[in-house]
Amino acid sequence: MKIYKKEGNVLQILSFPEDNIEKGDYILIEDSKARKALIAQVIDIQFANIPGMLEELLRSCPDGGNIHGEDFDPLEIAPYITYIQDSRLLICKIRASIKNEYLSPSKSWLPSRSHSIVKKLPVSRLLEMIKAKGKLPIVLGETKESSPLIIDASSLDGRLNIITGKKETGKSHLSKLLVLSLVHYGATVVIFDLNGEYAGLGYSSDGARNEYYHRIHVLTPGKNFKLMLGQLDLRVMLNILVHALRLPGTSAREFRHIWKSLKERKELSLRALGETIRNWHCNIHIRDALFSRYYALVNSGLFTDNPSEASDIEQYLFKTREKGGAVVINLRDTSSIDRQIMVEYTLGKLVELLSNWRLKAVFLFAEEAHLYLRETYWDDIVTRMRHFGIFTTFITNQPDSIRSGIYRQADNIFLFNFTNENDLEAVSRAARVDAETVKSIARDLPPHHCLVLGKAVKDFPMVVKVKRLNVKTMGGTRLFFKEKN
Amino acid sequence: MIEQLTITTTPKYNFPQENINLELPRTFLELSIQSIKTSEKTFNLNNLLNFQQLTITTLENLNCLSAKVIKLKPKPDNSIVSAIDVSSIKLGETSTGFLLAIRGAIVWKQNVNYRYLRIGPFLFHVTEENKQRIYNVLRKAYFNFAHQESKAALNITSTPNIMQMQSRLTGLLEKWLQMTLTTAAKNTLILWDGSLTVGTPETPTRVVESILQTARKRENMIMAFSKATRLRLMSHRITDLLVKSRPPCLLELKGYSNVNKPIRLLGEIYVARLAKGNCTFRLDIDKEIPSEQRIEAVEKLLGNDIVSHGYPETLRLAHILCTFTANEVIAMQRFIAKKAGLNIVSQPNIRRILFGPYGKGEVDNF
Repeated sequence: MKIYKKEGNVLQILSFPEDNIEKGDYILIEDSKARKALIAQVIDIQFANIPGMLEELLRSCPDGGNIHGEDFDPLEIAPYITYIQDSRLLICKIRASIKNEYLSPSKSWLPSRSHSIVKKLPVSRLLEMIKAKGKLPIVLGETKESSPLIIDASSLDGRLNIITGKKETGKSHLSKLLVLSLVHYGATVVIFDLNGEYAGLGYSSDGARNEYYHRIHVLTPGKNFKLMLGQLDLRVMLNILVHALRLPGTSAREFRHIWKSLKERKELSLRALGETIRNWHCNIHIRDALFSRYYALVNSGLFTDNPSEASDIEQYLFKTREKGGAVVINLRDTSSIDRQIMVEYTLGKLVELLSNWRLKAVFLFAEEAHLYLRETYWDDIVTRMRHFGIFTTFITNQPDSIRSGIYRQADNIFLFNFTNENDLEAVSRAARVDAETVKSIARDLPPHHCLVLGKAVKDFPMVVKVKRLNVKTMGGTRLFFKEKN
Repeated sequence: MIEQLTITTTPKYNFPQENINLELPRTFLELSIQSIKTSEKTFNLNNLLNFQQLTITTLENLNCLSAKVIKLKPKPDNSIVSAIDVSSIKLGETSTGFLLAIRGAIVWKQNVNYRYLRIGPFLFHVTEENKQRIYNVLRKAYFNFAHQESKAALNITSTPNIMQMQSRLTGLLEKWLQMTLTTAAKNTLILWDGSLTVGTPETPTRVVESILQTARKRENMIMAFSKATRLRLMSHRITDLLVKSRPPCLLELKGYSNVNKPIRLLGEIYVARLAKGNCTFRLDIDKEIPSEQRIEAVEKLLGNDIVSHGYPETLRLAHILCTFTANEVIAMQRFIAKKAGLNIVSQPNIRRILFGPYGKGEVDNF
């Protein structure tokens, strides 16, 4: 391989087929005289622009392919010709430079074109150089060279992460891998499980209980997850009413009075709330508004006056404090409003527990968050809640559903295949990597292969085949022709 | 029908074998390998690459007295049309000579399909020391006379200049291909690139006469197409004379004055306008063939080959197939660098160093 050109941050390297370079691979350019080296990543592979190539191809089919013949090539020069024809140009982004064996983000020097040695840099060696492994290793899977790609769990700690890719590329699979790894290291994880996919995390693929069984708590709203009004803080209840049930401000003010009145009388129950609204001296329209929301709460099935039916998320969260664990909020088969009620309640509860230091920190995994997260929460989660100790991982197949501001602040992005230009455009807004890398590599990723960007890989984008996970698959798509196939 | 074809397919080269003497490629190969085993350490790339000698076209500056337009009628009869072309290119210079690549192509049309045999490339390191040996060994081996021996016959007084070796070796391969095809084919229209002018070092009279004789014996018809000519009739270039005539037609030129010895014209000269458009070509056809048969041969060519822009497709394909592309030149340079251990270096351009942008006559590749 030889350096051909450098324009800005982009190096063009001349390569031949036997170099066996693919998109995403790393190249080391060593300039022994300068005692420096550059690390660059291949983001695109093109055919080298060889003069006369068009004539060559046209000649091979001069009249549209209707000519056949033989070549008497006694010196056997033909292989040399095809070798030249197949020469390629590697478009590489410079990622770092090495001086005195220390990595530096500086890209300000230029290696010699004539005597630099250009060679492939195995990912395993790069991982050693960047010390990505750390003390809490998480094996994400294998690189193209079959070496394990290991990140450090602490690179997810206090970070905002995004897992995105089109359908059936392996997003949830990676998400489960991260959840179990975090649980393994004793972290508390809360999952908003939109499709009931995480309910099987405590079971291995053959249905037997796995080592995490006792640390995975699946809460299904309306079934094993019901609340008594007394468990709710007024602020949380108002959030539910205003944001999930769209209660106007004046009605909310009346509700506040009702709530305080009931609490003072220690009669905070669903039945008492209905009675109080009925007898409350207020405008008839306000009463109607309050009643309609009251019935929405009752009909959701999420609330109960029976203490034996009620469950307390606090208990489950506290169970995870010792050895780690995950609380899965199963939002499958719940209506949009019920989902929002549950999310408002859970987030409110988490903030309450974290602000009182009753919990240290929580890793929140939110699948398709745009379906239940209200507008104002996005910024809240990224900024304010991070300070409380809620470290969110968004999982979505609709990257444009996440605001561009979130991408810019994301610390880690786990990117699966996208072919749609608009999707790639949305993801390419991430601040941790250039748009060309995202667009070029993500487009060609096979299923279950993920481009890891950000702090987890010390800003050296890497492609990994996500390892198989021995957990029970849940939430699969129901198929009509399943038996017939 | 395959049995009826005079060019038959063979398992090896898909080319008529019975009369082909494949010794030439072998000797070419041996000389090629010997010559590139050089003690040189480097070879220079320079503007030589811009020069590609495609074929040897001899141009005459003659005067002609009269001309007659002949209308043509295409005559399709499944005659086989074949064409030969040879190309050479200098790959670089060494301190003692230069590196040369030569390749030839034969194309023939069977029914509606075109087939080809491409021979080469042969690479030569031509130096002052080995030029005579290379040239004479090849000539003696394949045309039965060496350069020195044929001096009298060809009226040549000097040994080949090293700079003429490219055209000499190219001519040698071309003549061998022409002879081989003429000997192998029967009742075939054989197209050459160039003319039937002989007496130059590249076109030895004895060789061309022998080829034409063989062609006549085997009922082949040799037609040589020149893309450019300096022949004039009443001060007008002959290829401009047919512009107003409706194609396909020929302009038969009669009574042109004698040429200086040793140059001889073995063909009758025509101007051919075979299709619509402004392209006209000089066409030479064996003089010894009766006039009617010559005209008929052109009509058979029109009936059996595609004639686009007035130029036969077989000859166009032969030209395309033997010409070197830049990619092939790079590949051959790599081959030499690897096999002979020569380093490729760029030669400084003296003209550019001395005159900078005020230098003239060269297009720089900077």
